[in-house]
Amino acid sequence: MWALLKRPVTVTADINVTGLALTAVALLSRLWRLTYPRAVVFDEVYYGQYISFYMKRIFFLDASGPPFGHMLLALGGYLGGFDGNFVWNRIGAEYSSNVPVWSLRLLPALAGAFTVPMAYQIVWELGFTHCAAMGAALLVLIENALITQSRLMLLESALIFFNLLAVLSYLKFSNFQKHRPFSLSWWFWLMLTGVACACAVGIKYMGFFTYLLVLTVASVHAWNLIGDQTLSHVRVFCHLLARAVALLVIPVVMYLLFFYIHLMLLCRSGPHDQIMSSAFQASLEGGLARITQGQPLEVAYGSQITLRNVFGKVMPCWLHSHQSTYPMIYENGRGSSHQQQVTCYPFKDVNNWWIVKDPGRHQLVVSNPPRPVRHGDIVQLVHGMTTRFLNTHDVAAPLSPHSQEVSCYVDYNISMPAQNLWRLDIVNRESDGEIWKTILSEVRLVHVNTSAILKLSGAHLPDWGFRQLEVVGEKPLRGYHESMVWNVEEHRYGQSQEQKERELELHTPTQIDISRNLSFMARFSELQWRMLTVKAEDSEHKYSSTPLDWVTLDTNIAYWLHPKTSAQIHLLGNLVIWASASLATLVYTLLFFWYLLRRRRNIHDLPDDAWLRWVSAGTLCAGGWAVNYLPFFLMEKTLFLYHYLPALTFQILLLPVVLQHISEHLCRSQLQRSLFSALVVAWYSSACHMFNMLRPLTYGDRSLSPSELMALRWKDSWDILIRKY
Amino acid sequence: MLCASGGLLAATALPGQPPGRAAAPRCRRRDPPFPGDPELSPDVLLADRIARRSLPAGRRAFLRRGRMPPAVGGGLAASELRARKGKAGPQAGIADRDETPTRNPKRLAQGPGCGGAAGRGALLALVTLLAFATRFHRLDQPPHICWDETHFGKMGSYYINRTFFFDVHPPLGKMLIGLAGYLSGYDGTFLFQKPGDKYEHHSYLGMRGFCACLGSLLIPLAYLTVEELSHSLPAALLTAALLTFDTGCLTLSQYILLDPILMFFIMAAMLSMVRYNSCTDRPFSAPWWFWLSLTGVNLAGALGVKFVGLFIILQVGWNTVSDLWGLLGDLSISLVTVGKHVAARVVCLILLPLALYTAMYAVHFTVLSKSGPGDGFFSSAFQARLSGNNLHNASIPEHLAYGSVITVKNLRMAMGYLHSHQHLYPEGVGARQQQVTTYLHKDFNNLWIIKKHNTVSDPLDPAYPVEFVRHGDIIRLEHRETSRNLHSHYHEAPLTRKHYQVTGYGINGTGDSNDFWRIEVVNRKFGNRIKVLRSRIRFIHLVTGCVLGCSGKALPKWGWEQLEVTCTPYLKDTLNSIWNVEDHINPKLPNISLDVLQPGFPEIFLESHMVMIRGNNGLKPKDNEFTSKPWHWPINYQGLRFSGINDTDFRVYLLGNPVVWWLNLASVALYLLLGGVLAVAMRRGVCLPKELQGLSRVLLQGGGQLLLGWGLHYFPFFLMGRVLYFHHYFPAMLFSSMLTGLLWDSLLRLCAWRLGRGVHAVGILGLLLGTAYSFYLFHPLAYGMVGPLAQDPQSPMAGLRWLESWDF
Repeated sequence: MWALLKRPVTVTADINVTGLALTAVALLSRLWRLTYPRAVVFDEVYYGQYISFYMKRIFFLDASGPPFGHMLLALGGYLGGFDGNFVWNRIGAEYSSNVPVWSLRLLPALAGAFTVPMAYQIVWELGFTHCAAMGAALLVLIENALITQSRLMLLESALIFFNLLAVLSYLKFSNFQKHRPFSLSWWFWLMLTGVACACAVGIKYMGFFTYLLVLTVASVHAWNLIGDQTLSHVRVFCHLLARAVALLVIPVVMYLLFFYIHLMLLCRSGPHDQIMSSAFQASLEGGLARITQGQPLEVAYGSQITLRNVFGKVMPCWLHSHQSTYPMIYENGRGSSHQQQVTCYPFKDVNNWWIVKDPGRHQLVVSNPPRPVRHGDIVQLVHGMTTRFLNTHDVAAPLSPHSQEVSCYVDYNISMPAQNLWRLDIVNRESDGEIWKTILSEVRLVHVNTSAILKLSGAHLPDWGFRQLEVVGEKPLRGYHESMVWNVEEHRYGQSQEQKERELELHTPTQIDISRNLSFMARFSELQWRMLTVKAEDSEHKYSSTPLDWVTLDTNIAYWLHPKTSAQIHLLGNLVIWASASLATLVYTLLFFWYLLRRRRNIHDLPDDAWLRWVSAGTLCAGGWAVNYLPFFLMEKTLFLYHYLPALTFQILLLPVVLQHISEHLCRSQLQRSLFSALVVAWYSSACHMFNMLRPLTYGDRSLSPSELMALRWKDSWDILIRKY
Repeated sequence: MLCASGGLLAATALPGQPPGRAAAPRCRRRDPPFPGDPELSPDVLLADRIARRSLPAGRRAFLRRGRMPPAVGGGLAASELRARKGKAGPQAGIADRDETPTRNPKRLAQGPGCGGAAGRGALLALVTLLAFATRFHRLDQPPHICWDETHFGKMGSYYINRTFFFDVHPPLGKMLIGLAGYLSGYDGTFLFQKPGDKYEHHSYLGMRGFCACLGSLLIPLAYLTVEELSHSLPAALLTAALLTFDTGCLTLSQYILLDPILMFFIMAAMLSMVRYNSCTDRPFSAPWWFWLSLTGVNLAGALGVKFVGLFIILQVGWNTVSDLWGLLGDLSISLVTVGKHVAARVVCLILLPLALYTAMYAVHFTVLSKSGPGDGFFSSAFQARLSGNNLHNASIPEHLAYGSVITVKNLRMAMGYLHSHQHLYPEGVGARQQQVTTYLHKDFNNLWIIKKHNTVSDPLDPAYPVEFVRHGDIIRLEHRETSRNLHSHYHEAPLTRKHYQVTGYGINGTGDSNDFWRIEVVNRKFGNRIKVLRSRIRFIHLVTGCVLGCSGKALPKWGWEQLEVTCTPYLKDTLNSIWNVEDHINPKLPNISLDVLQPGFPEIFLESHMVMIRGNNGLKPKDNEFTSKPWHWPINYQGLRFSGINDTDFRVYLLGNPVVWWLNLASVALYLLLGGVLAVAMRRGVCLPKELQGLSRVLLQGGGQLLLGWGLHYFPFFLMGRVLYFHHYFPAMLFSSMLTGLLWDSLLRLCAWRLGRGVHAVGILGLLLGTAYSFYLFHPLAYGMVGPLAQDPQSPMAGLRWLESWDF
């Protein structure tokens, strides 16, 4: 208390004016006329629809990445009061007045702007001069591609932001490690590293590469820590534990959290329901849930059911039959049984209803009390509308001659007896019990006479089969496959004795109300699994490119063209920066190996601390570039130039590092150093000039004449749109 | 087994020290090891051991010495390296090297000169004999084609018949099979049509015998490798037992397949590398050169059989780099010497394998000189080499001129020729104009006439001078039979909706401006003219700017199931949109022999690689198919059916011996745990007892190499998009078995150090007997079984279906 009286209360604040100024300029460059163009630009058409889904809380499935990025964009919409009512169908479509364009684009733009001061901080934390740090920030500032990408509702800028944040906080953490381990700031930066990594992974799977880099660096540091014999065993253990919690546990928890929020938010059924299992669909409001709620749980003899194939990859479909028969002779000359067709039909239809019958009784109604069907029971399946029995026999299937044909039995009196007994095999009986349950039980139907299993072959029948999917009986030779497994989706206890009444009953929808809740982990694992396995159709795109095109900027993407003038937005990088960043990487690599080999021969070109700085800068910057770039060579999906931007950001950070190194260690005299600085200034001005020239294509604010556009087309492979009048 | 266990007893005791040396002061780590070790006869040691047994005080002493040898032996090369790397300074290094010459003669005379050598030799012979006995037992059963024999046997026959074929694997394996067949009197007449076909009078045992022979040699190779790495006979013996008694390795070795050949080269490369590593103390000596170049030879062999051989190349590469890194850090070695070392590796491990690999292809192309089923996969120019192909010895005009009648072939394999016919696109599919497709077979409808875009006059009129077509010219392509022009417009293509439709349009050659195409040469090294066969050309539609291409999708019945031709607006350089001219008729031009246009060896070498890589990438699993996943493999989740399905068939089922495989799996986990604990403990500066130092070095260095081998041969499969099969795991399985042998020997030694030496012998013996017994249980899988399936209690395999996914 006395101290307060003795001395005046002062607040000393260190304000890095440079940092502030950089942030301000960055904000200006990213936020300037953010609402222009007030039209859908390129991939906004893609992400926009998900924002609308979030606003309307409708479930969707996007295989391109985890939901955190989408949620960030949706947050912008939420803050701007977007109601989700906009049809995202065409690039260039005008936004209607209810779309809060500014707030939707705000978060990516902010993320893009903050990468500038972060670039400054990273280079500074790496131990380089203020001048180098400034250089890094200024380069990021005038990189046209980064500006374009962050001014739109896209995810790359947020991904880059969290990538850099992860690296920066790890650097801060390891600087604290040197003098004040286990202090508050130490904990803060360590935790922030984990959180940032999780966010990066949560935006795009690509963030995983940066996470791996951070993990690798952290484990090398941990290994050194283990080797430090001045620390006690307990202390080392505490260090390792803290790292494991922050860098392994926290990211996993955060990742789950993203999905938890995602699934919490999206509680209504929507257009992507069908890809998910029946159980998942039933957990959403509306859609299937409306139909299945209140269904009896246990399938009994006499139940009326629809059977859905569990294998969702081809398309969701239900076991189906109809009046038509298999053609007597197929086109290729093989014969068939000429019995009634059984197919799998991708739409809801009254012909999808089947009745479970006890072979020992004649009734098609549920007795009172209902007798549930159990694993191993022998049943017959009767097609509801035609009252024919599901049957299979030793006749080759129409399209898969190695499997058996499945039909609804028609007695032609030609010594081909009915073989319509099926044994029920509940696959997941360990988790869901021995009794056949609606939605929950996954069952296989094993034919009693031939031990064939009812299976969806995946082939489309020709016209005689109405292009429905082929169903066959296959011998269980090759183990378990999802296309052999079915589950009951709609279900009711049949009440009508007479066929006419029964048909009426089949036409009426099932209704009653119970909710069946799936646990979060079950929903998460199903969603994650579907996201990873859903095959994106192999689409070509006019602006797709290969990784080799990126380094030299041989490609561009036209994002938007003004409907009338030739104002246009392109994803096009600052060529000077791209070229020099690639060159810097090359120079770094060569110098690094040169020094490394010479150090091995005990020739120390650099003092030890300079060498350490050089190595750590290389690991994070060149390493960051490599891990974010090289994996694309192995990927088979359609790639675009914007996939390179995270790698490019790391590469730009390396540039001032190499320049400072050259000036400090390779320029021998003061004169050389001055000359070199002059060169750097000249080079930077040329980069600024380049930025200025490409500015109309970055912001799209000015309509250029065809000749100006032609002049900007520096590479033949750049696709700049020139209107023909 | 009795013999083996007898050998084992001797073996456990083998790595000891001569009693006389016991009194010598404990050597420091960097001191040279006892040169005499290996010469010890097992008998002496056994005697020594028995003698000591009664002396409780002596026990410790013995144990200490008993445990020591692996350290010394394993570290023979390594201990020196450590000395160099460490802070011992140049003096120690020099001292080391000074001693090398004195040690050399003994090592060279080697190894174990007298009794020990005989014992070891006998043991090795026994192991080899057992391997051969198991592999050759019932080799002739079943006398029909099993599984992939249908491919590789067929390809062997192609070599004997000298007909050209295409396969996704490099040629060495199949050439060797062919050679084996040829030498054993097989005449190449058997068709190898499908699995299950009887061989009848055809001689197939030569080919099977060759594969079985290489398959048997795997075991001595693994034995020697482990012995070299651990300097412990029990470890080597355990490894050999694991592999001998593994039903999977056995099955895979008994048929005409590439895998035994591939695995042989992989293991041989590994052994030579390990052997060479133990020669590092005598660089540039004869054995050093021998093992180094043998490594190179085996690498070429491995890569020449399958591209999977790349993984062992990576392993050897890693080993070489770390070796050179060590040499570079040794300041007592001059840079010139380091340069010599680098040069030696470059020559032996890069140039030599490359030369051999290329030579393989040279032989391949020389032997296969007749046209055969593989022609269609290759370019027209390539086909001109093959006798029997219609392009062989043909003569046509060299450069394209206006008025030439040509056929145009797509460069992507199995796409065919640009084709058109009288039929129109049906109602509702684009414009109702004449269809344009690609067609695989030669046909008159493949003929097109090149015309100038703006004149209608007949260029074949002798009054006009010959005018060659050049890169960038605007042309019209007129279909000769129907006189319609190749045409495209802004209608969507029938199947690929994002592309434009291509049709035949116009009457008697008069159409509109949509018939104009710009012809571009992609590889302009032959100048601006267009050369038949060799020039790769693109057709760019003048009005829409799209490129003529073939999508590779088959049209429905209205298009006669020929392939769709489209005009793609995406100007990407894919082979689908690149074409070459094959037939060429122009009476005004002189014909030249196509031999002039034949590609040289480097070109066909490159082309065949491109085709192979594309073929490999083309092997994609279909959606509804059961495919084997890499995670299935180490847990032995599912086997592969080699032959037979029903209970009356002769059934062979490729499945690893579950006891061996699960032991391997557990060992990898155990190794990681133990290795991790050891590494951390050493890092924390825990002072290991002398006895453990040797063990830990064997575990970390020898085991590390094996673990690396396992990882390199296993994990890359997770990244592969192609169809995978269970048998892809077997090279990795070899490494994991070696790791198991080494690990359990070390572990038991560790136990023995604490609990008494009996533990080691009992443990090893138990493991050997256990694997042998499990082999007895599971041997029908490999040697074939007839009778009821395993569900039936009557079956010999009843009760052995431990996993439901095994279907035998």
